[in-house]
Amino acid sequence: MKRRDFIKTGLAAGVAAGIGFNLLPFEKVFSATAPLDAYDLVAIKGGKADAMFDRGIKVLGGMGRFVKKGQTVVVKPNIGWSVEPDRAATTNPLLIKRIIEHCYQAGAKTVYVFDNTCDNWIKCYQESGIEKAAKEANAKVAPANSESYFQEVTIPGAKVLKSAKVHELILESDVFINVPVLKNHGSADMTVSMKNLMGVVWDRRFWHRNDLHQCIADYCLYSKKPHLNIVDAYRVMLKNGPRGVSTNDVQLFQTQIISSDIVAADVAAVALFGKKAEDVKHISLASQMKIGEKDLSKLKIARINM
Amino acid sequence: MLMTLSVLKKIRVIVSLVFLLATTIVFLDFRNIIPDSWIKTLLYFQFIPSLLNFFSSSLAIAASGFIVILVLSFLFGRIYCSFFCPLGTMMDIISRISEKFKKRKIFRFSKARNLYRYGFLGLTIIFLFMGTTILVNLLDPFSNYGRIAANIGKPLLLYLNNGLSFLLEKMNIYTIYREEFILPDWTILLFPLSFLMLIIYFATFHGRLYCNTVCPVGTILGLLSRFSLFKIKMFKTSCTSCGDCSSTCKASCIDIRNCTVDMSRCVACYNCLSSCPEGGISYELSGFHKTIKQNPSGDKSKRKALQILFTFLIAAIPLKSMTQGRHRRGRPHTDGTIPIHKKHPVTPPGSKGLFHFTTLCTSCHLCVTSCPTKVLQPSLFEYGFEGILQPHLDSNAGFCNYDCVICGQVCPSAAIHTLTLTEKHKTQIGKVQLVLDNCVVFTRHKDCGSCAEHCPTQAVHMIPWKKNLKIPEINNEICVGCGACEYACPTKPYKAIYVEGNPIHLIAKKAESKQTEQIFSPKEDFPF
Repeated sequence: MKRRDFIKTGLAAGVAAGIGFNLLPFEKVFSATAPLDAYDLVAIKGGKADAMFDRGIKVLGGMGRFVKKGQTVVVKPNIGWSVEPDRAATTNPLLIKRIIEHCYQAGAKTVYVFDNTCDNWIKCYQESGIEKAAKEANAKVAPANSESYFQEVTIPGAKVLKSAKVHELILESDVFINVPVLKNHGSADMTVSMKNLMGVVWDRRFWHRNDLHQCIADYCLYSKKPHLNIVDAYRVMLKNGPRGVSTNDVQLFQTQIISSDIVAADVAAVALFGKKAEDVKHISLASQMKIGEKDLSKLKIARINM
Repeated sequence: MLMTLSVLKKIRVIVSLVFLLATTIVFLDFRNIIPDSWIKTLLYFQFIPSLLNFFSSSLAIAASGFIVILVLSFLFGRIYCSFFCPLGTMMDIISRISEKFKKRKIFRFSKARNLYRYGFLGLTIIFLFMGTTILVNLLDPFSNYGRIAANIGKPLLLYLNNGLSFLLEKMNIYTIYREEFILPDWTILLFPLSFLMLIIYFATFHGRLYCNTVCPVGTILGLLSRFSLFKIKMFKTSCTSCGDCSSTCKASCIDIRNCTVDMSRCVACYNCLSSCPEGGISYELSGFHKTIKQNPSGDKSKRKALQILFTFLIAAIPLKSMTQGRHRRGRPHTDGTIPIHKKHPVTPPGSKGLFHFTTLCTSCHLCVTSCPTKVLQPSLFEYGFEGILQPHLDSNAGFCNYDCVICGQVCPSAAIHTLTLTEKHKTQIGKVQLVLDNCVVFTRHKDCGSCAEHCPTQAVHMIPWKKNLKIPEINNEICVGCGACEYACPTKPYKAIYVEGNPIHLIAKKAESKQTEQIFSPKEDFPF
């Protein structure tokens, strides 16, 4: 499933690039997409957030495998709370900046960054440091504060969340990069890649009212899936999540997990908390729904120490 | 002499436009661009807020603006009305515009409507002593202007902004962004709207009639201006009774027949000074002894004013008893079936409590337009009848950001004191209440946790419950009453968690937070 998706994406991207650059022979474009023996998941530890990403994406074959020349990219961090980066409630701004830089190096036309925040969005964008970092890397920081940015989509196969209003940038962009921060979460147990997708939809109250875990899993069935999940576990909130109360909630993990398989990425991430897929309801639901692979032993994993 | 005096009008026009523009910008500034210190300086001269501020904050110098206005009035007449009052300037502009559509308005002298003006002033004062600011709120020109700008001007601006940002986004420009906003309830909108209509009518057909019959500030300043050192004076010797001066007088206070100017009604616009072809009118220093008794029948009318006051007063007593009812709306739905009855509304942090807030707030709605999370909304009957339009924290509209103190920084009347962030984090404006019978976890046995997720202090947190579920638990001691839980709670029509306002704000205990234990270190091997 995952691999097929991967190749499809690669093909689509390759064809798109091929149309734009028909000077290149077709074989060459095709060979630039996923080699079949590529890693399914990369785990990096011991470095700075941006340096870890440099290593990780290199092992995966470079950003060029995911972003083709002239494509638009949307990077979706967690900017949910108006707290500073050291509170680990939001994605590391250094990492976001470096991801955007890699996208542009790969030839991206425009990189967008947004999140539908919980706290006041202007304060969130500012205090998380993400707006500044993203703008430094030339990304377009887009708002998600108004329902008018969201469009209704249907989710085939969903058990509860049969439709949702999704941000137009997710629908319009060629490449979708999901960059959650790993956190403890009061209601969802843990928040990683799957839970982070709650920030691309408008009506979250529906999820909370109608079986949160099932809705989180359901949304992963929607056709616009993240091409890449980059889990920021540099600073990690261990309790009082997702907002946290103080820096006392935070420990330094200096870790990062990258995978195109959203379930695998989340299983690997919660393993850092000593948890299994079964311990987090939405992860095990997603695995039952065949959204991704929860058995990491079946995957080819690159483990990097820095 | 004529030349130099006509400069006064030009100065008046410029100063008043600058003040009007600046005040308007402050009310429309939905991005909070204007620094709070500027706002404080700008609004320093606003009479009613400054007056309330001064007496509530133990005679603070920073709130002495109204004294400056009193002194100015004593020296030059009702400078406030033509220079600083945003409503006054707006009336002048409306009257100017209306001239384009109809024949130029020719003003004529009219007698002072003492019954009305002293009646309104007296009632306002009596109500104040009864402990309600309702009349101050409904009549204060600054607050009325604020409400017009905040409730009518700002939504119009936001429509414009959203239209513009929509166009720009099509061109991939995200510098202007759309703003999600809720129009106030129509019952609330009715106040500024009908007031605006009234003002347009007055300004179009009767000049500054509002200022001389209704406005309590105008009447107070008029009492002083009667004795002001500088006065508009007419000279019987050069006056040809042509009426040019009186035809420009929007206060209708120039009596050409007797060659007198009623300084208690003169709004110091100085239009008349440049109108006289004969040099028969002037603005000069005069001593107390020269004060001309203008209203020989004054005593009689004062007695009348007192009579009407008492009539109003008796009528006001039943009004007070009408104020107990609270109002709530809602339609039936599957979950959240237990109705919520809040005993007390939640007042903004820094407002100390119900009494302090409701006696000092003039409902100018500056805090409402400045509030970044839009949780501050005008109330209808939440504070009772006499607190109509005073802002309260409306958890349907938003929740109070833990790290924001803007409302206290902009409040011109000290109804909301400025808090530091540390003070704000300790201020408990209300207490969280849990209605488990409405909670999704309890009724449907499904995880939710939206409340705990949003809680900045973890006064609401999730604890294990039945079959692997988590259910909210509350700790009122560390709750600050921000209402994030209530806002986030998804049940309809009644929430499962809400904030009950503290009638007097209390101190919240600091949430204990121990350093977490290290559960993974980059020196260990990966656990997979």
